Parts: sequence; structure tokens; C-alpha cells
Amino acid sequence: MHAKANHQPLVRVVKRVGIPRARAIVYRILAVVLALVTGGIFLWALGQNPFTVYATMAQGAVGTTIALKETVKIAIPLCITSLGITLAFKMRFWNIGAEGQICLGAIAASYFALFHSDWPQPVLLTAMAVAGILAGGLWGVIPAVFKARFGTNETLLTLMLNYVASYIIQFLREGPWKDPGAMGFPKIAMFDKAARMPTVLGVHAGWIIALVLVALVFIYLKFTKQGYELSVVGENENTARYAGMDVRKIIVRTMFLSAAICGLAGMLQASGADKTLTDTVAGGVGFTAITVAWLSQLNPFAILLVSFLFGCLEKGSGTIQSLLNISPSAAEVLQGVILFFVLGSEFFIGFRVIWRKGGAVNE
Amino acid sequence: MQNAKKWGSDVDQPVKQPNLAIELKGLTKTFGEVIANKDIDLTLKHGEILALLGENGSGKTTLMNMLSGLYRPDSGEIYVGGRLVDIRSPHDAIALGIGMIHQHFKLVDVLSVRDNIVLGTKSGGKSRAQLTAEIVEISERFGLSVEPDRKIYSLSVGEKQTVEILKVLYRGARILILDEPTAVLTPQETERLFEILRKMKQQGCAVIIITHKLNEVLSISDRVTILRKGHTIETVQTAQATMRSLTEAMVGQSVDLSIHRPEIEDAGRILDVHHLTVLNEENVKALNDVSFELHGGEILGVAGVAGSGQKELCEAIAGLQTVAGGAILHNDINLVGLTPRQIIKRGISMSFIPEDRLGMGLVGSMGMVDNLLLKEYQNQPGIFVDRKPPRKLAKELIERLSIVTPDVMTPVKQLSGGNVQKVLLGREIASNPRILITAYPVRGLDINSSMTIYRLINEQKAKGVGVLFIGEDLDVLIELCDRIMVLCGGKVTGIVNAKEATKEMLGLMMTGSSREEALSHAR
Repeated sequence: MHAKANHQPLVRVVKRVGIPRARAIVYRILAVVLALVTGGIFLWALGQNPFTVYATMAQGAVGTTIALKETVKIAIPLCITSLGITLAFKMRFWNIGAEGQICLGAIAASYFALFHSDWPQPVLLTAMAVAGILAGGLWGVIPAVFKARFGTNETLLTLMLNYVASYIIQFLREGPWKDPGAMGFPKIAMFDKAARMPTVLGVHAGWIIALVLVALVFIYLKFTKQGYELSVVGENENTARYAGMDVRKIIVRTMFLSAAICGLAGMLQASGADKTLTDTVAGGVGFTAITVAWLSQLNPFAILLVSFLFGCLEKGSGTIQSLLNISPSAAEVLQGVILFFVLGSEFFIGFRVIWRKGGAVNE
Repeated sequence: MQNAKKWGSDVDQPVKQPNLAIELKGLTKTFGEVIANKDIDLTLKHGEILALLGENGSGKTTLMNMLSGLYRPDSGEIYVGGRLVDIRSPHDAIALGIGMIHQHFKLVDVLSVRDNIVLGTKSGGKSRAQLTAEIVEISERFGLSVEPDRKIYSLSVGEKQTVEILKVLYRGARILILDEPTAVLTPQETERLFEILRKMKQQGCAVIIITHKLNEVLSISDRVTILRKGHTIETVQTAQATMRSLTEAMVGQSVDLSIHRPEIEDAGRILDVHHLTVLNEENVKALNDVSFELHGGEILGVAGVAGSGQKELCEAIAGLQTVAGGAILHNDINLVGLTPRQIIKRGISMSFIPEDRLGMGLVGSMGMVDNLLLKEYQNQPGIFVDRKPPRKLAKELIERLSIVTPDVMTPVKQLSGGNVQKVLLGREIASNPRILITAYPVRGLDINSSMTIYRLINEQKAKGVGVLFIGEDLDVLIELCDRIMVLCGGKVTGIVNAKEATKEMLGLMMTGSSREEALSHAR
């Protein structure tokens, strides 16, 4: 029987059917610890003391009130955008066009901010929000209609519309909306005070909206007919048709809502954080939000937590750059290492690895 | 060992017998938490036909996939011709002389029979005539008949299967594995296949046939190995087996195999299909001028080779298929052109059990509650869904149909095929339909579940429901249905009274003979 061992592959990967919650959490914590260790080795090789760096990061993210406010400010658009794409993802509609939808929301809001700044603040802000929601939503309806009517690939279309949206901002900046007071420098004017989101507890009021949206999206997905319909369409379109659902209508409606929430994030970003319109208004949030949504497994409450943690990571790595003189690229590598381990742990939560000699790893 | 001519003799040696074509010892294969095969032992002699019998999910196909190199066992040993082997790929399998004929054919439609047979072999340098001669030589030896120059698309299902067999024989396979080879064949084609298999046996080939049709096992095999839940239960000589003994070994308990056909008073016409024509995606007529009536209190069976228009017929009635011509009348309402939603809104209570339950009809990743909600959520008031009524219904169905599920929220795809079907059928019956359309309702179900499904369908018939029953097992159609409509290539070849129908007659009609021809022939 000497040949027996050869009859089994060295490593087998087996899908798990349900893993106890506690164990999944242990894996994730383990992943973070491993990430910190690996990142530590990296920092040590750079000549830094890993403990100092991590302490500075934590201090920079949540250590002071000012730091905490900045972290929350980063987390707000991330959270809202993740909630938006969650609606589409739940329907298995791969909306990777949140960047563009954020831009369009910001553009529409900026129109009112720039040209109707004489309106009373509540009216103006409401108009800006409604405009942002509608513009973002309609931008998302474009790929949805194409998908529903002609079966086009939504990934491609939403992605390409991102570039269109970003170029629209550049066009406005260079031409029609160019700030005459900037002495020829191509930029759009700062918003008037009335068009700026008021601050509550030191951070612009977007955080309240984010919290409300977490609850709304949770209720929508879990308890409403529309939420039920979109998950049936996502899981099984044939069954949806069989049950008499209007699949096209559901695709377009869901995508409108998804993109409208992203559009609102754009309005908040322009009005609350930037106080003007720039072509970096989305700044990659639309893509990071995809990671956040998946890591949270499309659970709105988890999204709230994960986007805050992402905010910490981002803010913390900014702090070590300025305080410890670590180069931006090194800080990014550190971010990447941490993300790599956390995302990698999801593999071990979904799958089991079995080695040949019967000893099971990660059992 | 030099005595190769005597392969197949019954010498009893424990291991490594060269006269055994295949010997499996303690083969185990798991998928995730599911044990597909556990410690399987099996022997196959040369010049023998071994039937592998077992219900769906008993591990037959997994076992054979390990032999043909598609899966690799987690543990256990495979001996071929007495030698311990490691089959890593289908290529290894064919090098060992093992050929597998799959349920679904793997042929290139636009190429000729010859090209398909030699495709992928080292035939370079040989002329067409040479290849043809080789193929004809093999065909004659095993009693196969097919013209090497014909294109695959012009062949019937039975002929395509012949090509598949030729393909593995050409590659030198002398151990053949056939996975449910008769599922797509008419009775006549099945008989022809069996003749070929007997001829192979005479030539010293070893054949494993996977099936769950007991009458076929009894008529073709020498020995039967029975699997249940991934374990080998026993191996018996076919001559000493009966339908009953095999069923009991397969199911693990005794089962009443009789299907009843209660006499119910005709509740009048409830569905009237007139000259229905449906085009498929290639603009070919999938249904061609189909006309029939369905009455309340009857089961109208539909027989036909797979792909004869059964799916289109069901979906056209259910409002899921665009109709090119004709009418489907229910109480003078024409259903053609209505969506499923509109059909419900007109107050027409119709239930449709599609053939691929998890592909259409149910949402696999949702639990029973959310699946039962599907039928009624649109009738609930307001913007919120109320999960209380479906939760109550779920508990009722679990009780009444003895559905086995850990919880009402457990994703239905984790349930066994029989339980999945009970969830779907239970939901549809709970809506009190007047018309019930079922497509292959027992496909993939074990015998006990099948009997339950027949009983439920008969209960509906007794309530005056008109049942359209798309079936594949002709014995079942003849026993269960009141009338049987036969489809061939999208056309109705005839509608016969089930009491007068025979399998031969239905088989002839399935291949295009009219009812009269079939009657005179079968007489």
C-alpha cells in the first residue's frame, strides 16, 4: 500500500456549509492580528518601531475629538454609498458606477448652490438634496434600462459612465461654471454659507442622514414588498417571472434607488465636506464602498461599522505620514496588507482546507 | 494470467484478480459536509453487465465519475485488471480502457459521425477511407449501425448515443459505463441499445449501467449492486432478484408500488387549446398546431421524447412563453398574450410545477416561508410583507406532507429533492387551483416521495381539478393518467385512452407514427 498516499491530493479545498458565528468572528480577529504582525515586520524593515506607528495610527484615528471628527467625515460618504450599492448588489446587479452617481448628485446639487444661493438655507439645502437624489438616480437608470431592455452588461456600462460623469465636472470647471474670481485658475467657486451643510456636534449633518439611511435600508430590504421582490429577482429571475413579477420594472426601480442614495452621498460630499464641486468629489469612494458592502455581507448595520473602521484606517495612515514621516506609498502598503488579510480571512470562513495526512487545518 | 480467454470465470480470490475488470475497495468521496460515497466495494468481471441501482442521491454518478477520472477519491483503492491505479483524468481512464457514456451527449453537431469519433485521437496521416474502414469494423463487431458520413445534427437521439458508444470503443475502451442511458430513449430504442450491450458482453467487454428503472435492470444485467445513501448495500445475481426485492434493498423498507387511478366524474371542460404554435429562439416551431381539451377531474398525460415541446406547452399555458399562433381558452378567456400576473388578476386559478424546481418556481437560497410568500405577497395590503400567513402555511405543510427540514427558514436548496418538490407542490395546491400543470413532477425523487406526489395529484383530480401531467416514465403515465397525449417534434401524434395504451404503442407515436398506425402495429 506504499502508493496509497498518492491517491489523495495534497491539499483539498472544501466548501463550508454554514460556520458558527463565533468561529467566523474569531477568524476575522485572527486576520487582523496577523495583518498587524505582517505590517509590523514591514514597518520594522523600514526602520520604524511598529508599536509606535500603530499607536500613532490609533491616536490619529480616534485619539482626539478632532481626529475622531475627521474619521467620521471620511466614513460618511463611504457608509451612504455602500448602502446604495447594497440595494443593487442584493439584486445581483453589479453597480460599480457609484463614482459616477456620486458625481452627478454633486453636479446637480452644485447647480442650486452656485446659482440659487439667495434662497433661504433650508429651502436651498432641500433643493440640493432632491436634485442630487434625482440626478444620481437617473444616472443609474441608464444602465438599468439597457440591462432590462436589451440584456446589456451592467458592469461595463456603469463603469464607463463613471468616466463620463467625471469629465462632465471637468468640462463645467473649465467652462460654464469656472470661477471668475479665481484669476484664470480653473476651479469652481466655493459655495455660499447657505449652501453648506450645517454641522452637528462638529461634523456636517451627513452623519445623521447616514444613520437614518442605515435603518431605512434595513427595513426596506427586510420588510417591504419591494425589498422582497428585488431579492427574488436577484436570486432567480425565472422564479420572479413565474410569480408574476414585472422583472424589468423591478430592475429599473431598484437601480434608481441605489443610484439615488449614491447621488445623495455626492450632494453631502460637495455641500458638507468640500463646500465646492471638484472632479475628485467621489475620490474612489464608489469603489471602496464595494469592498465595504461585501465585507459587511450587505448587512446595513455591518456597513455602518465597517465604514467607520475604514475611516479609521484611512485617517490613521494619513497621520503616520505627517507625524512619523512615513512615505505615502508605505502607508498605502500598510493599508493594503491589512485589507489583504481581512479579505483573505473570508476565504477561510467560506472554505475548509484539508491536508492529505488527515490532519485538518483551520477545522 | 496467460489464460486471458477465460476472463469472467468465477475464481474466488480476495484481491488483485486479473480476471476482474474492475475492483473497488473502500472508495470514499465527500463534498463539503456531504458524504457522496462511503467505503464502496464493487467488482466487475469481463463479459458481464453490472447494474448499479440506487435512488437519486445514493452516489451512483459520483462513483462512476471517480472511475472515469472526473473526480478523485478522498480515500480507497481502484484496481483495473488487477493493478492498483490512480485515475487522475478522463485521459487516464481511457488509457486504462474505461469509457463513460454520459447522460448528456458530448458531440459536435456540425461534424460528421466519423469526425466526432476520431476527434482528439491520434488519427493524423490516416485517410478518410482508412478511418471509415476502422469505424465500420468496430461497428460490425458490436452490432452497431451508423453511417460515418452523416452529420450529427441529422441523427436521432438513439443514433447519437450509438456514436457516443462508438467513440469510446474506437479509443479502445473495453470497460463501458453508461449513466442513465435510457432516459432519453423510446422503448424501441432502448431495446436496440440492450441488444448492443449484450453483443458487447459476448465480446468480453465489461459494462456498468446506471439506472433507476427496475424493469431494465432485470432485463439486461447479470448482477446488481445496490447503493443507498452512499453505501454499498448488497450485490445480487439478477436471476435471483425481483422488482420487490430490489426496491426494498434500494429504499430500505417495503414500498407499495401500485399507482391508483380513481374514477372521477367529469367536471366539464376547463382548458381548450386551439391550434397552438410556439417558436423557439431559433424560430423553429417548438409547438406546431397543438390542439386538445383538458377536463376537470381528469389527468391528461403528455408523453414524448425529451424536448418534443413539453416545456413550451407548459410555459405557454402559464403565460411565460410568447405564442406565435392559436388560442388557449379558459371559460372563454383567451390566455394567450397574458402575463402570469394578468392571469392571476383575471381570477384564473392555475398552478404550474416546472420541471426544474429550483430553476423556476422556488428560490433556492430562501427558506420555506419566503418561498410560500411568493404566491401571496401581491395580495397583501400595504407596502410591507406579512410573513405570518406563510409561516403558518409552512408549518401546516410540514405536518401534512411530512416535509423534512431543520427549520422553516432553512434555504430550500439544502433540502432533498423530494422535500423541495413537496414545498412547491404544497404551495401550489394550497392556492386551490382549478388547473394544475406539472412537468416531470417526480424527476429526481425517490420512490417513497414519488408515491406521495402521485397521491397528491390524485387528490387534486378527485377535487375536480384538471391536471396536465408531463411524464417520462411510460409505465407511470399508463397507470396514473386518464388520457395520454403524445407529442413528437412539437406535434400531437395522437391522444389515447390510458386504459387502452401500451408502451409499444406510445413508443411508436413518440417517434412520429399516428395513433392508427401505432394501434395496428402494436396489435
